[in-house]
This record gives sequence, structure tokens and C-alpha cells, in this order.
Amino acid sequence: MNFTMPNLLPAYPEMFLLVMVSVILVLDLFLPQALRYVSYVLTQLTLLGCAVLTLDVAVLTQGQVTYTFNHMFVADLMGHALKVAAYIAVFTTLVYSRSYLSDRGIWKGEFFALVLFALMGILVMISANHFLTLYLGLELLSLSLYALVALDRDSARATEAAMKYFVLGALASGLLLYGMSMIYGATGTLNISEVAHAIASGQPNKIVLTFGLVFLVSGMAFKLGVVPFHMWIPDVYHGAPTAVTLIIGSAPKLAAFAMAMRLLVLGLLDLAVDWQQMLVILAVLSMAVGNLAAIAQTNIKRMLAYSTISHMGFMLLGLLAGVVNGNWLNAADAYSAAMFYVMVYVLTTLGTFGMVLLLSRAGFEAENLDDFKGLNARNPWYAFLMLLLMFSLAGVPPTVGFYAKLSVLQPLLAAGMTWLAVVAVMFSLIGAFYYLRIVKLMYFDEPIDTAPITPTLDVRVLISVNGLAVLALGIMPQSLMALCYFSIKAL
Amino acid sequence: MMELYAKIIAIGLGFAQGLFGPALGAALFTLVKTSVLIMLIVAPLLGAVAYLTLLERKVIGYMQVRIGPNRVGPLGLLQPIADGIKLVFKEIIIPSGADKFLFVLAPVITLTVAMAAWAVVPFNKGVVLANIDAGLLYVMAITSMGVYGIIVAGWASNSKYAFLGAMRAAAQIVAYEIAMGFALVCVLMVSHSLNLSDIVNGQAKGHFADIGLNFLSWNWLPLAPMLLVYFISGVAETQRAPFDLAEGESEIVGFHVEYSGMLFGVFSMGEYANMILVATLTTIMFFGGWAAPLDSAIFNAIPGFIWLFAKVLCVLFLFLWFRATFPRYRYDQIMRLGWKVFIPLTIVWLVLIAAWMQTPFSIWR
Amino acid sequence: MNIEGVLFYFFAAILLLSALRVITARNPVHAALFLVLAFSTASAIWMLLRAEFLAIVLVLVYVGAVMVLFLFVVMMLDINLDRLREGFWSYLPLGATVGLLMVVEMVLVLGGKYFGLEHLPNPADPGAGYSNTKELGRLLYTDYVYAFELAAVILLVAIVAAIALTLRGRKDSKHQDPAKQVMVKRADRVRLVSMPSEKKEN
Repeated sequence: MNFTMPNLLPAYPEMFLLVMVSVILVLDLFLPQALRYVSYVLTQLTLLGCAVLTLDVAVLTQGQVTYTFNHMFVADLMGHALKVAAYIAVFTTLVYSRSYLSDRGIWKGEFFALVLFALMGILVMISANHFLTLYLGLELLSLSLYALVALDRDSARATEAAMKYFVLGALASGLLLYGMSMIYGATGTLNISEVAHAIASGQPNKIVLTFGLVFLVSGMAFKLGVVPFHMWIPDVYHGAPTAVTLIIGSAPKLAAFAMAMRLLVLGLLDLAVDWQQMLVILAVLSMAVGNLAAIAQTNIKRMLAYSTISHMGFMLLGLLAGVVNGNWLNAADAYSAAMFYVMVYVLTTLGTFGMVLLLSRAGFEAENLDDFKGLNARNPWYAFLMLLLMFSLAGVPPTVGFYAKLSVLQPLLAAGMTWLAVVAVMFSLIGAFYYLRIVKLMYFDEPIDTAPITPTLDVRVLISVNGLAVLALGIMPQSLMALCYFSIKAL
Repeated sequence: MMELYAKIIAIGLGFAQGLFGPALGAALFTLVKTSVLIMLIVAPLLGAVAYLTLLERKVIGYMQVRIGPNRVGPLGLLQPIADGIKLVFKEIIIPSGADKFLFVLAPVITLTVAMAAWAVVPFNKGVVLANIDAGLLYVMAITSMGVYGIIVAGWASNSKYAFLGAMRAAAQIVAYEIAMGFALVCVLMVSHSLNLSDIVNGQAKGHFADIGLNFLSWNWLPLAPMLLVYFISGVAETQRAPFDLAEGESEIVGFHVEYSGMLFGVFSMGEYANMILVATLTTIMFFGGWAAPLDSAIFNAIPGFIWLFAKVLCVLFLFLWFRATFPRYRYDQIMRLGWKVFIPLTIVWLVLIAAWMQTPFSIWR
Repeated sequence: MNIEGVLFYFFAAILLLSALRVITARNPVHAALFLVLAFSTASAIWMLLRAEFLAIVLVLVYVGAVMVLFLFVVMMLDINLDRLREGFWSYLPLGATVGLLMVVEMVLVLGGKYFGLEHLPNPADPGAGYSNTKELGRLLYTDYVYAFELAAVILLVAIVAAIALTLRGRKDSKHQDPAKQVMVKRADRVRLVSMPSEKKEN
């Protein structure tokens, strides 16, 4: 049989990442704890290198959709955009987590290795054009995250959270796999583009397809963290070390979005009538449960967990407004709005958890709402940044969160689902309460914890950039919106 | 020989089909034929196992400047029979609270596994019970099941000492299994086949074989480190000295401490059968199996299985020599050797051989 | 009914019985050993399907390695069987419902008409020179090399995670380092001192 070497160019970032992870893993064995920063610097350089390579690939393939590895790997503009966003997210996470992790003794080589492996899983999921690669990327990401959650092995809470995450995650993977096997049985192929062709030809059995679709959406919903598969989110966000919560809450959401796009939009668009209805239920329930449950929380990590659920529900609104009565004109707007929302959400999450990390010290977790009291009196600049972030989450103009919500609502209205838009806005208003509560605590209450906040220079710079980006993108969202729009158009 | 064999098969098949009809007759005949062939392998093997014990005692005796057993029969040749009779008549004591079924099952597993792997061993050109194309894989799978006999024995004895001894032995076996597997992967790579007959035939080709110096074209020369790793891992797998700490008779309690009488006899039969198996596999993989060392008229006249027998005897002598000579390894030294020395060595050699095969200097086209 | 059919039903019966015993055996070690039997018979059935590589690898990997480690753990844990089985009757209704649902779904699936199975021809007999191992190797390393590499990376993650989560360097434990012991030289251990013999005082 003739073996032709596959075109390795589109996969250069992943290959570089794998080589560097192995190097860091081995190198770290020979470094004493004092020299741990060498692994850290190498990790950051790896991320930089991957970003350069991804931009390289994007330029060299001229933004065209390129398949390689026997059509299991796809390199398109949406993928490149999401990948660069993932690199930025992981880079920021590592910068924010440094002092937190070294205070708790988990600033080890395995941490970097596992984070980079998780990133690799994310990259694989983003570029997957085949059920097998999608699943392998998902497992790679999930296994690294389970280990990361449990990395602080002396903390009973973290171990419990890891166990819950692992068991529920394994169950969800099983559901996803079952759905994939159903669709394989009906269409006879595992390749996502060929599945779309097969369904378009009308041959496969509708019942089996719908069956598989239900399981597929369930597995996907778990990864996104929407109701009714949201059980793991509050416990895992709360139990894991805050740095790991940040990792879980930022980049994997990009991967989950990519999975949703590849599976539902690229693979099963002809079944859109079915899965859009499912997403409606998921979205409404998520927004309801997320916003209502967050009001009652006193732990900021749990509160942010429930707010994650509601935000993911909001993002699903973008995905379900694409196809209206078989009409695809709305699709690009809807999906690019969802992509914009996810990217903005990741940016804001980085900021909020970064602030929580900022306020935490050795032996002290700044996870109760009371720890934010009087932040303005302690350090007005950080209080201002937190204000921007909270406004963005609530959807208050001129922060970027407002534009994200607006851009999702527009295709929804264009699709004629006015009632859904009204429900979404209503729940956002309810939700705004707990975000504004934090603002009130910061500005109008006396500080309980008066320790000085002394982050290192890189954290200071980066979190300021993070917070101001939220404002800047809110004033000028066009560039990011255009990027999202063209990425989706190019599919 | 082969024509006589083919004629007997044809007559037997015709007879069976005549009696029972085509389908059932063929099936029954295959069953009977395979059983007879199995007996032809197992019976001499068990005899070999018995006389290996005598050989061991004699060899170790002479190395220790004394004569081994020489009372029972001329030169002690009836000693194994006497030992067998003794074991048969000894009382089998099953400890109270022991799991009776598992207690009796454990030695059965050990012996069965040791016997089952002989199904794919080629004794001469075309003389093999099952000439399957995945023979090497089959051997690896069967030998990996051998660890169950030990674990079940330790567990079923209802004795903490036996249990811990079994855990030690099982951990040692699992570690050295990996090294053996990788060494065999090297052999597989250069032979391009998993079929044991193909592996033997492949060693008869090459530059030195063309000159007539067959023994230099066997696998031991290019894969010398793998031979060492495979052989020493084989010694460790079969729990022979100097790796016999898990059952170290003079210093520590092993997994078979509660076994007496014929059950213990079956265990030791399994151990010696495993020893012969490892020696035979070493011969087949690295020393050319049933091939003659030099391409000359006298050597070629001697049938293949005599050569196989002679080579296996030499390798077995090495086993016995090790036991007489070396002090026992400590357990942590055993584990370190298996995991930290042999496995990296095999992996490195694998990559080296793979690279060599891709260059123009490859001798295995 | 040809010999393959007889063998299939024989192995299938043993498989089902041992699988049933896995979940009903009182003794966890017995359950684990029944699982070993189940794997072995499943391997035999795969062999009947002419998937000899997968069958042998099933024995090599699952029976030879995974179940051994499983047995290690089961034997070392002090499992209190009665407490383990306490909640059985209270969970039975829910468990039975879920189980029934799964059976219904599986029956729907296996009813071949949903997949058009009756239109598919039986797989052709590939002939004597066909080597399952070779074909699988060929496919794995050419068409599916990306998925293969990813699976290898996942295994690496498993190793890293296992060590990161469990390895503790006990600072206070005294242990010997065999590597250092093996590299000892005679000069480190023995020093020959030449002493003149003493004269006896007489």
C-alpha cells in the first residue's frame, strides 16, 4: 500500500508542543526547587512558540480550510483564532498562579506538564475533524484536568472534588461515545465532514440519528457545564485550588465551544431542527439555575461557578439561532456571536479568578465574599479592575460583556425567538444582582482583611491589561467581532 | 518422515469421516490428532523436567567438588523416580481457612501455562504443533498468565507469609516480563515475522550464512545485549538463583510454604518446565533454533531437533551454573535491575536497531 | 451446526456465566478471577472472528497485566463485604429501571434493521496469507497515526498524573541505594596495611 507522508505543516503547533512538554518533563527532573522558574520560563516560551507557529500556519495556508492526517485534522481560521485565544488564556493563568501555587507547594514540574498536556488536548479538540480525534482530545484534556484538580494531595476538599469530576466526567465521556457510535452506525463513517454528507443524502435512519444526537448533546453539555449536567461545576470549582479552577474555567471552554461547533454545526447541521430544540431547553434551564443559585452563595468561587453555568447557557443561545426554518442566512451571525461570547467570557474569567488569586496568600484563601469587603479602601486600582470585570459579567455598557450579550441577542431576534430573548434578558437582570453585590462590598463596606496586597510586577501588569482590555474591547469591539465573523464565514 | 506422517493423517481422516460423516468426522479426527501430538510433546517434556532435577543436582554437586545423588540406580539415574514416588505418597495438607478450590487450582495454572506455550515451538523444519503467524505473541501472552499461579497460591494459603511472598514474586515477574517483551520485539523487528519458524529460518540467511559460518548469522551477534537481557530476565522470571529471593529457600518464606506432597511437586514441575521453555525460546530467538552451526556434510546429516536439544542443554547448563555460582540478589536490587537497567537498555537498543534497519547498512533486507 | 458454531456457543455460555459470577460472587478475589475467565473466553470468541492479534493482545494486556494489578489491590484491601452490600435492596428499583432502559436501547440497536444490516454481505474469507497483525499495523501507522500518537500521549499523561499524585519522598526513611552499592570499588572498602610481624618477647 502506498504510504504518502501526511502534510505536517498544519500540525506544527501540536508537534512543537509535544516535543517541548517532553523536554520540560525530563529537564524538570534534574532541577532543584530553587531553579523551578526555569521550567516556568520554558513553559511560557513554549506557549509563545506555539502562538508563532499557529500564526505561521494561518498565513501559509492563507486561511483556507486545510485537511491532513487522512482528514482527521482540520486547520481553519476559526481553529487558529481559538488556538491563539487558548495560548493567551494559559499564559495568563500561569502568570497569575505562580505565587499562589508556590505558597501551597504544588509549584512543581508536573504542574507545567499537566497544564501543557491539557492545552494539547484543547488544541486537538479545536482541530478535530473526526470523532476519534475529538474524543481523544477530550480525554487528553479531561485526564490532565482531573490530575490537576487533585494535585494538592494534602487537601481533602481537592481530592473529593477530583473524585467527583473524574466519575462524572467518565460518565459523560461514555455518553458522548455512545452517541458517536450511534451516529457511526447510522451513517457508516466517523469523519465529521463525511457524516454531514451522509446525513444530507437522507439515507441514514432518522431514529438512530436522533438517538445518537441526544447522547452526543448530553456528553457535550457536560463539558460545557450546562443544566442538567452541571452538577460537577460548583463542587469542582470550589474544591480545586483556585489556580486550577482558573485553568478549568478558561481555556477548556474554548475547546467545548469548538467541540460544539465541529459536532453540531459542521457535522450535524441537517439535524439542526432537533438539536436546536435541545439547546433551547439547556440554555433556559442553565440561565435560570445559574443565576438563581448564584444569588444564595457566600463563596465567591461557587458564585462564579454558577455564573459560569448561566453564561454558558447564554452562549448556547447563539448556537441555537443559526438555522431558522431551514434558512441558513442567520448562521454566520449567530455562530460568530457565540464565538465572540466565549472569547469574551474567557477573558473576563481570567480577570475575576486572577483577582481572587491576587487576594489569596499562604494559608489564606480569599474565597468568601467577605474577603472583598472594602477593597477600594485597601487598593483602589484593583477595586476598579474588579468593578470593570463585574460589570462585564453583568452585561453593563461600555464593557465588552454588554456587546457580547447584545451580539448574541441580535441573531436570536432575527430568528424570531423573541420570547427567548426576553427570558435571557430577564435572567441576566436577575443575575446582575450578585455581580453588583460584589461591587457594593468593595466600595461601600469596611475591609475585614487588611493585609497588604503585594503581587509581583508581572501579575500587576497582566491583570491591569486584563481589566482594561475588558473596557477597551467594550468601547471598540469591532476587531474581535470581525475576527470571529470571518472565522465562521471561512468554514 | 514427512511422507509417512502425511499418509497416516490421510488414512485416519478417511476412517473418521467414513464413520461419522464429513463434518463431524473431520472435527473429531482433528481433536484426536491434536491430542496425540500434544501427548507426544508433553510426555517427553515431563520426562525432561524430571531428569533436569537430577542433572541440576549432579552439576551443582560437581561444581561443589562432590558427587551428586548416586545411590538410587546407576549414577543416580532413578533418583527422579524416587522423588516422584515420595511426593505422591506424601500427605497433602490443606490449611484450615484456605480456599480449597483455589489452593488446588494454583499449581494447576502454573503447570498448564508452562505446558501450553510449547504448542508453537518448532522442533525441526515444519515440525511444530501450531504453525501460527502470531506465535511470538502467543508465547508472550501465555507466559504472562503464569503469574496467576503464584498470586492465587499465595492468596489461597490463608497465610500472611505466603501472601507477601506471592506479592514479591508477582511484582518481580511483572517487571521482568516487560524487559523480555521488549527484547523479543527487537527479534520480531529483525525477523519481520511473529512466526517462530520464520524467525528460525530468518537466522539462516545473511552474509555469514552464505559463507557457511551459520553460527555467526544467528541473532546473538547483532542483538547481543538483547540476548543478555532476555536470558537474564528469563532467569528472573522463572525465579531461579540468583533471583530467587521470593522463594529463597534458606532465608525467607515463599509463596509455596503451605504446599506439600504432589501439589508442591506440580509447582516445582512447573518451575522446571518454565526453565526449559525459556531456554528453548532463547535458543530459537537467538541461537538459530534447529539450525546447524556450520554448513558442512557431517553437521547437516544430524537432524535438526538434535541440534535444538544440544543448544537447549547448553543454555540449561547456564541456568544451573548460575545457581551454583552467584550469591542471591536482594529484592530491591532485583527490582532496580529490572526496571531501571533492563527496560531502558531494551528501549534504547530497539531504537538503535530500528534506525540501523533503515540505513543502507541493514543486514536484514 | 458446524464446529465454529459449537465452539462459539460453548465459549459464549462460559463468558455469560463467569460475567454473572463476577457481580454475584461473595468473595472479591473470586469475582476478580471470574473476570479473568471472562476475558479469556472473550479472547477465544475474538479468535473465532479471525481477529487473532486482538485476541492475543487482550490476554496479554488485560489478563496478564491489568487483572494482576487489580488482584493486587483487591487482595490488599480489607473489603467488608456486608457493608458493601447493605444498600442493595434500597437501590434496586432505580437500578432495575436504568438497567431495563439500557436493555431496551440495546435491543433496538441490535435489531439490525435500524442499521440496514441485512443488506450487508458477510465478510469474505481472506485466505491463508492474511496476517491480522500486519494489516492492523499497516493501518495504525499510516491512516490512523495521528490518533495513535494521541493515544500514546494520553498514556504518558496517565503516568505523569499517577506519579504526581502519589509519589512522596519520605525524608525520614532510611534506605539503601542499590545503584551506589553496585558501583562500589574495592579501594573504597578494603585497605591493605602492611605490618611487620611482631617478635615474641622472650
